Amino acid sequence: MATEYAFPDNAAKTADASQEFQTEKMSVAMGPSHPSTHGVLRLNLDLDGEIVTKCDPVLGYLHRGDEKIAENMTYNQFVPYTDRLDYLAPLANNVAYAIAVEKLANLEVPARCQAIRVICCELARISSHLLGLGAFAMDVGAWTVFMYQFTEREKLYKLFEELTGARFTTSYTRIGGVSRDMPEGWTDRVLAFCDQFLPILDEMLEMLTRNKIFTDRTVDVGIITKAEAIAYGLTGPNARGSGVTVDLRKDRPYSGYEQYEFDVPVGTKGDCYDRYLCRGEEMKQSVRIVRQAIKNMPAGDYYAKDAVRIFAPPKAKVLTSMEELINNFMIVTEGPLMPAGEVYFEAENPKGALGFFVISKGGGVPWRMKIRSPSFCNLSILPKVCQNNLLSDVVAILGSLDFVMGECDR
Amino acid sequence: MAVIPVERKPLTFAERTYIPQIISGLKTTLKHMVRKPITLEYPEQRPEIPAGYRGVPTLVYDPNGREKCVSCQLCEFVCPPKAIRITPGEIPSDDPTAHVEKRPEEFKIDMLRCIYCGLCQEVCPEEAIWLQNQFSMSGYTREEMVNDKKRLYELGGTLPDAHFKWDKKKAAEEAGNGHH
Repeated sequence: MATEYAFPDNAAKTADASQEFQTEKMSVAMGPSHPSTHGVLRLNLDLDGEIVTKCDPVLGYLHRGDEKIAENMTYNQFVPYTDRLDYLAPLANNVAYAIAVEKLANLEVPARCQAIRVICCELARISSHLLGLGAFAMDVGAWTVFMYQFTEREKLYKLFEELTGARFTTSYTRIGGVSRDMPEGWTDRVLAFCDQFLPILDEMLEMLTRNKIFTDRTVDVGIITKAEAIAYGLTGPNARGSGVTVDLRKDRPYSGYEQYEFDVPVGTKGDCYDRYLCRGEEMKQSVRIVRQAIKNMPAGDYYAKDAVRIFAPPKAKVLTSMEELINNFMIVTEGPLMPAGEVYFEAENPKGALGFFVISKGGGVPWRMKIRSPSFCNLSILPKVCQNNLLSDVVAILGSLDFVMGECDR
Repeated sequence: MAVIPVERKPLTFAERTYIPQIISGLKTTLKHMVRKPITLEYPEQRPEIPAGYRGVPTLVYDPNGREKCVSCQLCEFVCPPKAIRITPGEIPSDDPTAHVEKRPEEFKIDMLRCIYCGLCQEVCPEEAIWLQNQFSMSGYTREEMVNDKKRLYELGGTLPDAHFKWDKKKAAEEAGNGHH
């Protein structure tokens, strides 16, 4: 008869202990001044060990009431405020806003103006994606890309400075045109930038795409399925990373985007890595568009000359003609005259679809302006996508969603 | 629509050992040790400012030394952050520029409010307010950051004038062709 031995079972004991000592969930407030929340996003996280069980974003730390401010000023005066929405791509905001109001006025701007705006938008996209990429890479532990992209962005800022007069807050567009024409030789400098940018971009992407540390942090992390992306109203690279083929430049072309040949990169899996790959490819496509726009740059005016009650007359005429002087005063004080009506316009911004809903009761001041900001809508998926992920993966997810709080809180 | 799915190649065995990345990282570092610096040693070296830069707003004289601002207050009206305050004043009749009739008695730009948008320069019907090249301002108190008329003219100086519209008006009046 075999003797039965009772061995002390350590594993079973540990298991029992875990049942005896119930661990408590821990609440962590991540942000509003956390370096990887890219601004002032606050996340109230419930943690079970290192696993996030609940993620509750708190918004509004950068709320300035831009929509209300818009009701108290003329259409042109609001242009500087659009700089401060997505402040990583102010030119793209300027353009989206101007096109929205022009749609209200049923105004067609000259082909040259449209081409200038396209170049602006695409350069802004490159600038925004570069920073998004750099910040994302830094969040998951790669410094070099961050430094590289700032060198490139500096070159872009030099170009913006020359074109608009300011590096950051460009305020370039006006209703019915842009504030001034391109300076002499500017297009050549843009082309030169494009030429030297592509090899550097490849180098930057190479540092991440084939990097084991980076792929460990991003592949299969924060998967957003195609259905989820559509359900939560994601737009821009975040939606395309999940395989949704939505790009307003193709779907509803504006500002002459239908003339340009470019591809829309989409992801297959919808994880952080796919979103990163999409942004990288989009920059290459942007360079393609810029090159085409410069190659086919039409001659003509940079503003709608026939819109005499919308676009202020040129300075030389204001100084010499009494009628133009009066018109200048009227446009500035009353604002560009708009018909009564409602209009909604969405543009494909770097972060996604930026929409302006303008209600006008006539005159030069909007009655109501609603801004549909892509970052805000993109962040709506955060509670869903952060759940059951590691705390350290939340940082990667935030970086890959590439939001900007200036636009989110408006 | 030309849609291109992004390529996701799995890492090779070599790449999974981290070794190629380490080597290429060292290569990058070495490359950067020998290249020229791209940074600017700021206070000593100054960046080049392109034409049409939107720096600190200033007031300017015309080449004859007349202050160009006629205090129409259009810039005060258009300024989105309401940084400009103008007190209009009349030009005394014994002044050589009396035919211009008005000039600002006080002109204040609050540089703590100014957003350098350049709308004031754009709307000015006299080309009197210019955003020039200065891009940094500092002060110890809030009052110091409000540029008054004297300081604005100091910053602005004299700019060329293409039209001399007031001189033309005076000449026309003296020749009996004035608009009245």
